[in-house]
Amino acid sequence: MSKVTLAEAPPGVEGAGFFATTLDKAIGLARANSLWPLPFATSCCGIEFMATMGSTYDLARFGAERPSFSPRQADMLLVMGTIAKKMAPVLRQVYTQMAEPRWVIAVGACASSGGIFDTYSVLQGIDEIIPVDVYVPGCPPRPEAILDGVLKLQDIVKNESLNRRNTPEYKALLEKYGIQTDNG
Amino acid sequence: MDKLDNQGIWTYLQEKFGERVGIIGEPHGLLTISTSKDDIIELLSFLKDDEKLQFIYLTDITAVHYPKQQKAFAVVYHVHNLYRNVRLRVKVFLEGETPTTPTATTIWNGANWMERETYDFFGVVFEGHPDLRRILNMDDLDVFPMRKEYPLEDPNRVDKKDFYFGR
Amino acid sequence: MSKSISKITHNNPVFYDNDPQDELITLNIGPTHPATHGVFQNVCQIDGERIVSGVSTIGYIHRAFEKIAEHRPFYQITPLTDRLNYCSSPINNMGWHMTVEKLLNIEIPKRVQYMRVIVMELARIADHIICNGILGVDTGAFSGFLYVMQEREFIYEIFEEICGARLTTNIGRIGGFERDFNEVAFRKIKEFIKRYPPVLEEFEELFVRNRIFIERTSGVAAVTPEQALSYSWSGPILRATGVDYDVRVVDPYCSYEEFDFEVPVGTSGDVYDRFMVRNAEMWQSLRIIGQALEKIEKEPQGIFHADVPEFYLPPKEQVYNNMEALIYHFKIVMGEWETPKSEVYHAVEGANGELGFYLIHDGGRTPYRLHFRRPSFVNYQMFAPMSSGMLISDAIINMSSLNVIAGELDA
Repeated sequence: MSKVTLAEAPPGVEGAGFFATTLDKAIGLARANSLWPLPFATSCCGIEFMATMGSTYDLARFGAERPSFSPRQADMLLVMGTIAKKMAPVLRQVYTQMAEPRWVIAVGACASSGGIFDTYSVLQGIDEIIPVDVYVPGCPPRPEAILDGVLKLQDIVKNESLNRRNTPEYKALLEKYGIQTDNG
Repeated sequence: MDKLDNQGIWTYLQEKFGERVGIIGEPHGLLTISTSKDDIIELLSFLKDDEKLQFIYLTDITAVHYPKQQKAFAVVYHVHNLYRNVRLRVKVFLEGETPTTPTATTIWNGANWMERETYDFFGVVFEGHPDLRRILNMDDLDVFPMRKEYPLEDPNRVDKKDFYFGR
Repeated sequence: MSKSISKITHNNPVFYDNDPQDELITLNIGPTHPATHGVFQNVCQIDGERIVSGVSTIGYIHRAFEKIAEHRPFYQITPLTDRLNYCSSPINNMGWHMTVEKLLNIEIPKRVQYMRVIVMELARIADHIICNGILGVDTGAFSGFLYVMQEREFIYEIFEEICGARLTTNIGRIGGFERDFNEVAFRKIKEFIKRYPPVLEEFEELFVRNRIFIERTSGVAAVTPEQALSYSWSGPILRATGVDYDVRVVDPYCSYEEFDFEVPVGTSGDVYDRFMVRNAEMWQSLRIIGQALEKIEKEPQGIFHADVPEFYLPPKEQVYNNMEALIYHFKIVMGEWETPKSEVYHAVEGANGELGFYLIHDGGRTPYRLHFRRPSFVNYQMFAPMSSGMLISDAIINMSSLNVIAGELDA
């Protein structure tokens, strides 16, 4: 018996020698299980992310084997730690450099809402400058919580329609943040 | 050499500087003296180079804002004699909207960023500093945030209604 | 105050301008470059692989700790100190408690002091594990990092037993600890000092006589004691240059004078020496923890805080059931106790160097001014000047060996 667990197949029609499902589901399955994370670690939560990537918790089990430090080749932006206003434009630039489809997880209280740092120099949550898909609470969150956030994102990715990134709603969302859209 | 205690340091400095240094006290055993901005560099170099004192190590430079005083800013230097383990605190009181004092980078290289930080937070201008720019805050910030009159929270926030916080 | 988010700043670095044929390239490393392990920006002018001049920009996670501290009572500042050097939060917590205790003239029982020593030395080991492990990764050896990371997880388990948190621990109260170490915590600490030495030995075997590691690090970024002192360096990187300045020895706090340990020093101040000093310090920390455990055995059991009800927050169950405790709780939280008007500077030996707290108190509920003397901030300013003439790859390992923690750097 192999110890490798296979991903659960999406609902579809199965017969002798064939399996039919929708293209959305098949691509969603592939995307969800090979998310390439871009760790944007600024402070304490980054240290917990180090533990998440390390041997004890091992994020690679969920298909995020390759941390991509280049935004061009990443699917999942993990923002970990306080984002100061000085850092905000850098974060936005990293986000715009990512290719579609792209997802964002705000890890920790600071990235989600500014956390305990309600000060003149700290951005009160990264959702002021980029759209966020999953928020992970905690200051810092435990590695299990970060893993849970990634699993939640996988659910979103699995069920996302292929056409979503071309819809006017999505374009309007990005325009709300002042981000240029190039597709469609 | 005899033991270097606070009383000894103070008498020794009095002999050398006379009226130009003043004593503030010894809170928790740490001798605190004050001087003026005209004498600070001479005093610091004397503290560092004198064979008896040997305060060779600059621990810290920072500032304090006392808006109610006429001399509203105090620049505080902590120096340390590593040979005999004696610490000393030197204060310089400054006045004006843009207080100025000469730079200590001529004595210690390490004073560079400490002075930039003090400038960034309090707007104390260190004359002769090689590169006096903001260091921690954004370049386009137009105030000195650690002064007491500026609030902690971002005054431009719109989502925080006082109503919800009972104030 | 500034209206909104800043634009990407183009600070105008002061560059070496003797470049008539425009041969030098400007390279921007950071603020999110993976090699910098944090948010540091260095704009370098390079000639091939060699850095001609560089300028560091910091402040990318400036969170205004000192301003917040002016608006918080003493016991609420402890969580802020956690987030200074988050790799060794307990040292910061203890340093802050000791500063306030010095201000209030609180005498701490011996047993509590030894407990604090244990917590601080565990934190020091955890911090050095990260620094030396990452230095290994940067020189191309990932395995050492993975070996010691497991032990760091074990230290975090001990912290969880003591206070419930892993990283930002918020251990202790002003006057002692919030609760006694439980059985499991003591068992795990004892287990740790048995299981860690073989791992550390194996880790040292991987690096100490490894030719690749020696050639990458030996002689790289060597610093003389005079330079180091002039830049106010402290901590392991100062001791690597040969200066035996350790706050635990020259200015003992928490009964460190009763412990028998050595201060390891280097000779050349290069990256290799810094690595060796940190390793040797981990051995010394293990010795200190062992001695502290022995000393705790001899002290009366069950004491975990000083008898200062005016400043030590009473346990919650007493607050709910006991009138006196409720009054004390209320008065502490509302800041109604007389506190002395004074100023105090207290320094502890943090994992990166002298961590100082300069507290000015005017008798109010909150500090009038609190300044953190942050070792990372002071140590890092030499990085750009010392990088000129260095290869880019050497500058990267130099940066890892300085162990600059962004939270402590930017406050």
